[in-house]
Amino acid sequence: MQQLLFAIFTMVGGVLACVVYFFGTNWLLDKIFPSKGLTGPQASKNLRITNAIRPWLFMAPALFALGIYLVYPVFESVRLSLHDRSGQQFVGLSNFRWMLGDSEFRQSIFNNFLWLLVVPALSTFFGLVIAALTDRIWWGNIAKTLIFMPMAISFVGAAVIWKFVYDYRSEGSEQIGILNAIVVAMGGQPEAWMTIPFWNNFFLMVILIWIQTGFAMVILSAALRGIPEETIEAAVIDGANGFQIFFKIMVPQIWGTIAVVWTTITILVLKVFDIVLAMTNGQWQTQVLANLMFDWMFRGGGDFGRGASIAVVIMILVIPIMIWNIRNATREMER
Amino acid sequence: MIATSRSPLIIVVHLSVLLLVALWTLPTAGLLISSLRDKDQLAVSGWWTALSTSSQNLTGRAASPDAQVEKDGKFVIAGNLIEGGTSKVSAFGVRPMQPTAFEVGTAADIGDGQTLTVNEDGSYEIVSPTRMEGTRGQRIFYTASVPPRFTLDNYREVLNAEGIGASFINSLTVAIPATIIPILVAAFCGYALAWMPFPGRAILIAVIVGLLVVPLQMSLIPLLKLYNGVGAFFGVPAKTYVGIWLAHMGFGLPLAVYLLRNYMAGLPREIMESARVDGASDFDIFVKIILPLSFPALASFAIFQFLWTWNDLLVAMVFLGTGNNELVLTGRLVNLLGSRGGNWEILTASAFITIIVPLIVFFSLQRYLVRGLLAGSVKGG
Repeated sequence: MQQLLFAIFTMVGGVLACVVYFFGTNWLLDKIFPSKGLTGPQASKNLRITNAIRPWLFMAPALFALGIYLVYPVFESVRLSLHDRSGQQFVGLSNFRWMLGDSEFRQSIFNNFLWLLVVPALSTFFGLVIAALTDRIWWGNIAKTLIFMPMAISFVGAAVIWKFVYDYRSEGSEQIGILNAIVVAMGGQPEAWMTIPFWNNFFLMVILIWIQTGFAMVILSAALRGIPEETIEAAVIDGANGFQIFFKIMVPQIWGTIAVVWTTITILVLKVFDIVLAMTNGQWQTQVLANLMFDWMFRGGGDFGRGASIAVVIMILVIPIMIWNIRNATREMER
Repeated sequence: MIATSRSPLIIVVHLSVLLLVALWTLPTAGLLISSLRDKDQLAVSGWWTALSTSSQNLTGRAASPDAQVEKDGKFVIAGNLIEGGTSKVSAFGVRPMQPTAFEVGTAADIGDGQTLTVNEDGSYEIVSPTRMEGTRGQRIFYTASVPPRFTLDNYREVLNAEGIGASFINSLTVAIPATIIPILVAAFCGYALAWMPFPGRAILIAVIVGLLVVPLQMSLIPLLKLYNGVGAFFGVPAKTYVGIWLAHMGFGLPLAVYLLRNYMAGLPREIMESARVDGASDFDIFVKIILPLSFPALASFAIFQFLWTWNDLLVAMVFLGTGNNELVLTGRLVNLLGSRGGNWEILTASAFITIIVPLIVFFSLQRYLVRGLLAGSVKGG
């Protein structure tokens, strides 16, 4: 309880500090370069100066935090990836050479590519299908809310939920995991799903698909509603059936949004960590880059060089999407 | 809206959506139902049978020979295997290998001329022609049908004994300041990027869009080193709440600035121009006009940031300690998965406590969440 009071106190303090900073610097700026009450060239000169300085005063705290927490670490991580485990000795590319020969790393890269192939595709697909279907029924909004709900659940919480679904009891005893119960009811053998190499990756992916489909659905549903009614009416008049309308008229008009959803989920997949840590911690050949990186950060007292080099690999995989996003955003602003 | 809505296909649509909704909700429903079940029932039967009477193989022990009474020249031990329950016994036995050797109501010969009778209501009677010896009672194996039982015991246990209660407070401690503090910082920055012309503005916006997708993994090691360095320099612990609040603020800022800039840029230019004509400064315009108008965007961001900081595991594992007054809910849950892997009554109740707060936020503020998602992904939306 005491620490909660401390938290609320800090929160109030933090907000007050922000208010004092913004109000104070702004007041100071107007005091040093006054423009009110003055006339002539001095006033316009002061006005020019304050207008040039004020944006930076407004942005300074945010830029400072972004610099320390995101910009500086990017450069520092690249630097550390070229150094040894303690970050002291320059070792060139030897961390990356180690990586190529390391079977665990190769396993992780392989699994990450599997995730990249499957999760964005299926999440977007299910999201699109659900968005299209729920638009046509009266209880569509209720259905959407329920499918959207896993989005609020933490990855760890979701891992527990699905671990319970996959729970395994030896053959003959009553299965309490619903998946094995269904398998047994259909005359199959119960399986310890998490320990079946290769396929267990897919059982982990199901969790992320379960979480992300709601996100895809919400965005794509809005995009579908934005499609001009006339294009659909014209297709109906031309005698197109439901599937043709969906795949040939509606989907092509929302390609842009589908791409945004796809890339957003792709970024998330590259960073997937909690699910693997909680479900298998990389055992049974389910290791992924983010979990491997975390592992090396602390393994044997921590190997910062190898950890940073794995982070750099994740960063390199993200860069194409980053460039694509920046180009889109710039084009959007020029319009 | 479309031709299909008038055709019989609509039934197929209803059924497929129903199936999808079932697929998406059943895992969570299973967790919630299981967390409310009696732990002995939970361990032996699936949650989908929670409402039906379950058949369990149980072991009981008759009262010890001290309790025997002499009746009609025979020695009798009597009692009930089921205390205060409404279970029904269907069969019993005295050997672990044959737990259902005898039907209820029949007298089973258990050697030395003794007979054991167990009735449906759980009452039993051991009758012996001679005085019974020993200090321990006869073991009785029986099969009983147990009616469903729901209880809050699991929650009581995890909140106190498993430290979930303390972690709940820790999670709140992390999430509240980490949600509120960045808002004002981001709002000023968003306003400057939206409405104050200055050289390099377009580049700054592009940088922030780029930072949106920088993986957290890049930041972990440098910041860990930085925190350790700062901690050592000032002689303070490296892992503190202040550290994690600032970290969450830094990681949340790109989204916050981006969302708020987009929203503010979409506000009508006339409002600001008429205020400027009236002699208002940028500061006045921001505080008196823009900030109140941006409330929906601020709310959207606050919800995102709260869900993200509450649900976060990675940042907490790196920047916060693992003591009882620092371990957050997600971290505690991962630990429980390791140490109490088979105790589903513990895991389900703990997991439900960790997801209940985000679910409440989700259901009560879904409108803002959806709006934020749309603004963040569909550019200019």
